[in-house]
Amino acid sequence: MVFRDRKALEERIQELKARYTGKRRVLVCGGLGCLAKGAQAVFEKFQEVLAREGLDWTVERGDGHGSTPQLVRTGCMGLCEAGPLVTIEPSGILYLRVHPEDVEDIVETTLKNGRIVEHLVYREEQNGRVQQWPFMKDVPFYRRQVKIVLRNCGSIDPENLDEYLARDGYLALARALTEMSPDDVIGEVMKAGLRGRGGGGFPTGRKWQFARMVKADRKYIVCNGDEGDPGAFMDRSVMEGDPHSVIEGMAIAGYAIGASEGYIYVRAEYPLAVKRLRKAIQDAYQAGLLGENILGTGFCFDVRIKEGAGAFVCGEETALIASIEGKRGMPNPRPPYPAQKGLFGKPTVINNVETLVNVPAIILYGAEWFRSFGTATSPGTKTFALAGKIQNTGLVEVPMGITLRELIFDVGGGIQNGKRFKAVQIGGPSGGCLTEHHLDLPVDYDSLCGAGAIMGSGGLIVLDEDTCIVEVARFFMSFTQSESCGKCVPCREGTKHMLNILQKIVDGKATLEDLALLEETALVVKDASLCGLGKTAPNPVLTTLRYFRDEYIDHVVHRVCPAQVCQAMREFWIDPEKCRACGKCARVCPVSCISGRPKVPYVIDQAKCIKCGSCFEACPFDAIVIKWRRKGNA
Amino acid sequence: MEKLEPEVALGRSFEKVNAILEKHGYDSTNLIAILQEIQEEYRYLPEEILTYVATALRVSPAYVYGVATFYAQFSLKPKGKHIIRVCDGTACHVKGSEKVLKAVREYLGLREGENTTPDLLFTVETVACIGACALAPALMVDEEVHGLMDEEKVQKLLESYMEREEGGEASDGLQGQKGA
Repeated sequence: MVFRDRKALEERIQELKARYTGKRRVLVCGGLGCLAKGAQAVFEKFQEVLAREGLDWTVERGDGHGSTPQLVRTGCMGLCEAGPLVTIEPSGILYLRVHPEDVEDIVETTLKNGRIVEHLVYREEQNGRVQQWPFMKDVPFYRRQVKIVLRNCGSIDPENLDEYLARDGYLALARALTEMSPDDVIGEVMKAGLRGRGGGGFPTGRKWQFARMVKADRKYIVCNGDEGDPGAFMDRSVMEGDPHSVIEGMAIAGYAIGASEGYIYVRAEYPLAVKRLRKAIQDAYQAGLLGENILGTGFCFDVRIKEGAGAFVCGEETALIASIEGKRGMPNPRPPYPAQKGLFGKPTVINNVETLVNVPAIILYGAEWFRSFGTATSPGTKTFALAGKIQNTGLVEVPMGITLRELIFDVGGGIQNGKRFKAVQIGGPSGGCLTEHHLDLPVDYDSLCGAGAIMGSGGLIVLDEDTCIVEVARFFMSFTQSESCGKCVPCREGTKHMLNILQKIVDGKATLEDLALLEETALVVKDASLCGLGKTAPNPVLTTLRYFRDEYIDHVVHRVCPAQVCQAMREFWIDPEKCRACGKCARVCPVSCISGRPKVPYVIDQAKCIKCGSCFEACPFDAIVIKWRRKGNA
Repeated sequence: MEKLEPEVALGRSFEKVNAILEKHGYDSTNLIAILQEIQEEYRYLPEEILTYVATALRVSPAYVYGVATFYAQFSLKPKGKHIIRVCDGTACHVKGSEKVLKAVREYLGLREGENTTPDLLFTVETVACIGACALAPALMVDEEVHGLMDEEKVQKLLESYMEREEGGEASDGLQGQKGA
């Protein structure tokens, strides 16, 4: 159906609310994590069992019959670690690690008899007592979360416009178009204090205002879905789990700045997000929520998808514009800022997915409401992708100002396998490593910046005692080095040299002069690079040098890797008790550093050994022992 | 493998390139999408086609070549039928993605500097984060994600692909010694 005006939309929303709210629904998580763990088989099993039991699962039949469950495949529910996840509404029971074998049990016990399947609920051992929480809202992982951006993610079918509408979808757009002037919209977003969620934290309202003030025959809204930080998957989850909210946010932004065209730039690595967005765009056009004369207000807005082709630098505004124009994705100096001269030379606002998804909520519930979450300078919430050596890997949304400790230990459940927390890498390859001492730091733009890290787009990788900080710094540098577009010298050459030095350190060949040069180079690259990629590339090195200098010294001076990761810091010894003097090791040694005679145990010359491990593999008697060098026993 | 040589490919389906160009309105701002579709068709970007595309879009061949070499997704060399993308994002890296990559390469018998098997069945790439951090270390075969990989799982997974290949189109004689 096509909505000719706001009234038609509102009537439909009421109708759909009656159909969906408070109804019995079986939600199966269709996020990437759960799908890879077999959620599809669980979904199909539910289809089969519900049909067999006469509990017909189609939405149409569910209409008007409160007791007939609806089966829905949703977007990401967040707790990816424990997937596949299943939620039973309206009570909000959360089942974890559901396998197709469990489906009969859930239908029988929960749907038919209203009881809980005990072995599938969240449980945690506390002080020797096992605690369990059957309802999602009580589970420690969810308890501290506030869902604004993820308001629909994991509770609606992302491919069904009706479900989005039932949650007041497109009502914010309708309100903006009928009750507010573009300046009112910008004013509300300014008052809300919304800051760019892509990492920089620039006030969104101000960005819009700049673009609004420029006179031009055409303007553009670009949604930046080029989520390139390794270890971040928030935007992907939103685009896959709630695509209409992205489109609605873009349309409101378009109205505010006077644009009638929008582009969503999505990474090529996210085929499912592209598919869902395409479907959503098509449905929105059919409902008259995109295209000409939206809701009879005269406002026109078109949305197109542009797929990236694999270049991290395209997350940078000016590079992203070049890429949409079909060119090499290389950045350009600013000014002129895209708000003045952007896509095809026209004023352009580029907002991150998460930023745009906040907008409908702000319009609907007001700036005051939005400011009631978070801190004075960073209002609202932030989504994070928790990953690494953390217990609850997954997608979370927390109010700004929460401390890292609460985020990692209360929400994230602490470190895996009872290991010790060592550091947290926040903001990906552009961010920094923070230590135990920062655990009580509030998570907001300014506090993180002060500590040398950045908010980034929301990747949060937890590192434990088994992770070598120097090796992690090398890893990030190898990433930014290979993603450097090569346009400006500091980034192109500087990252290369920094990577070389880090490699030398990891290989146990560096000196203290190398360390000094590394630091100096890092500062030059940070100051002199053209775009955000180069400016922030040294952050992991600089923060680890600041907070983990002793670990660098261990590698450089003592040739020791405390985390026992860097292979060059090992030593190979031959156990004289076990050695049968067969000579196999000496024959495979590529540098001929093993010597011996028949009947006498062989010996490795430590000075010549290159730690390749060939002897270790060759020895048939397990006589070769690997010893990690320790400080003092060099 | 000779089947994919450009001249043969060109002779056979030049009209496909035309159809793709047509669909995108011969508009050079759609160059990336055009190249993506061409690569989908040929599994790589044959040089002759790049030149043809440049002429059709009225831009220089250098411009098209520049774009084709800038983005990691594009390949100027033939790629395998199945693309294995081993994730080397941060989460996967700290959980041992290097071992997974090594296991994949070893199973396929790839030598250093080689990313595609001689029979053009598999191409191995590393990517920075496929967003499946909860399943680290993870890899993708074509569009399917496989998580929590280790050496053993890699072997089982690739074996299943090999079997499917052998069961399916064994006639093209591309299967080699690696099945065992």
